[in-house]
Amino acid sequence: MAKSPAWRPALSVAALAACLAVPLVTWGAGAEDLPSAERQAALAYLVRQDCGSCHGMTLKGGLGRPLLPEALAGAEAEALAEVILDGIPGTPMPPWRGQLSEAEALWIARALKQGDIE
Amino acid sequence: MKRLSILFAAFVLAVTPLAGTEAGELRGTGDLGIVVERAGGALQVVDTSARRSLGRVEGLGDLSHASAVFSPDQRYAYVFGRDGGLTKVDLLTRSIAKRIVQAGNSIGGAISDDGRLIAVSNYEPGGVRVFDAATLDPVADIPADYGATGQGTGGARSKTVGLVDAPGRRFVFTLYDGGEIWTADFSGGDTPRIAKYKDVGALPYDALITGDGRHYIAGLFGEDGLAHLDLWAESPKVERILDGYGRGEEKLPVYKMPHLEGWARAGDRFILPAVGRHELLAVDATSLREVGRVPVHGQPIFAVARPDGRQVWVNFAHPRNDTVQVVDVPSLEVIHAFQPGPAVLHLEFTPRGHEVWISVRDADKVEVYDTRSFEKLAELPVAKPSGIFFSARAQRLGL
Repeated sequence: MAKSPAWRPALSVAALAACLAVPLVTWGAGAEDLPSAERQAALAYLVRQDCGSCHGMTLKGGLGRPLLPEALAGAEAEALAEVILDGIPGTPMPPWRGQLSEAEALWIARALKQGDIE
Repeated sequence: MKRLSILFAAFVLAVTPLAGTEAGELRGTGDLGIVVERAGGALQVVDTSARRSLGRVEGLGDLSHASAVFSPDQRYAYVFGRDGGLTKVDLLTRSIAKRIVQAGNSIGGAISDDGRLIAVSNYEPGGVRVFDAATLDPVADIPADYGATGQGTGGARSKTVGLVDAPGRRFVFTLYDGGEIWTADFSGGDTPRIAKYKDVGALPYDALITGDGRHYIAGLFGEDGLAHLDLWAESPKVERILDGYGRGEEKLPVYKMPHLEGWARAGDRFILPAVGRHELLAVDATSLREVGRVPVHGQPIFAVARPDGRQVWVNFAHPRNDTVQVVDVPSLEVIHAFQPGPAVLHLEFTPRGHEVWISVRDADKVEVYDTRSFEKLAELPVAKPSGIFFSARAQRLGL
């Protein structure tokens, strides 16, 4: 009855691995610019409250993977930022490009890796 | 001075057990409810007749995505936290009657039709655990093992979603990773008879059961369609409904998963949120075929029928989550839209549907509206409110 039951767990892992290994994004000018303090607070709130719908408000995971530093230790911040910007096709992880700039995605990725999202 | 403080303490102790009843008056609980203060691990107990808060209950742990069911006498709320916490809250005394942490990561639960069993849906460890409603002592553990061996080795243990009660001391739930629907039948005692329905579709993310206990419907994130199980059938089997409702078009990004619990049955139709489309789907309740669509403001999250079924109220995913729309069911038209404020997370009707309570997370308030005039009747301060649950749910199957 299912059209393709086999791809479910496999694809998400493979897609994530691919995203982590291969830089798909050419970072634009300004990608390294730090968001303002006010914007940083808004981004941290977004991560806790809205990303938290799937990843848990404490970021320890839910329907989505945990986003705590130990869970992200094996991934580069740039690769994580790509996942944030482009999502993971075939899974519920949506692309946030358009909602977030590259600099903001990179800031979130680094803050997550450092456990510094308050 | 010291004597005075002792006297005061004695007074407080004497009054506290009656606090829910104010000056010791007897009162019922049929018009009470709870509002989850998501970030603070607390609840407010509310009186829907007076449209006011009676007080707070603290110490419930991580309440992100928390939900609740009620005891048949409508005195106790069983609150399911994200951190695996299961808390039995006494609405009258506004205190915790019992609390356990039964898993590492959880997503809601259900109460059996006889009110004796509480089932909790867990992500970690994946499966369903069942507890005695009186004591919260463990009754049964149902690991969601799936795959070729069904033994759960190699990580083949699924997160579970869409857990509901069904008549006959049964629970029904769905394996998110496994793509299966299971029923657990406790009619014979504490050891459940499990039935498994496999290959229901890709990434079933939530499910509902109709109020008559007949239709269990799971939404699929990975496919355009829903999985349907007819629990009245002689030999139930899962069938696809609304197959290809997205017509193969590219999905819009979904920044929050829609909910099916609190789904709308309105007259002879179900109204369901589409996934990746800014639409509601109207489905004939008998044939389960699509009979119409309603274009709406954003990705719908909750589409909840007013209890009489005439209207459906809808909220939306980030970033369009400041708006609520009201759909007239006979005409399938949006007849009202308004902006309660940033991050409208949930809505709950009073049992007869004359009023609706709406949580507005980022404005730290809950608003109460008249559902005919759409006039705002009250506003309650609540810190980061999310779910609103009224005790009348105790008398409804599947909630």
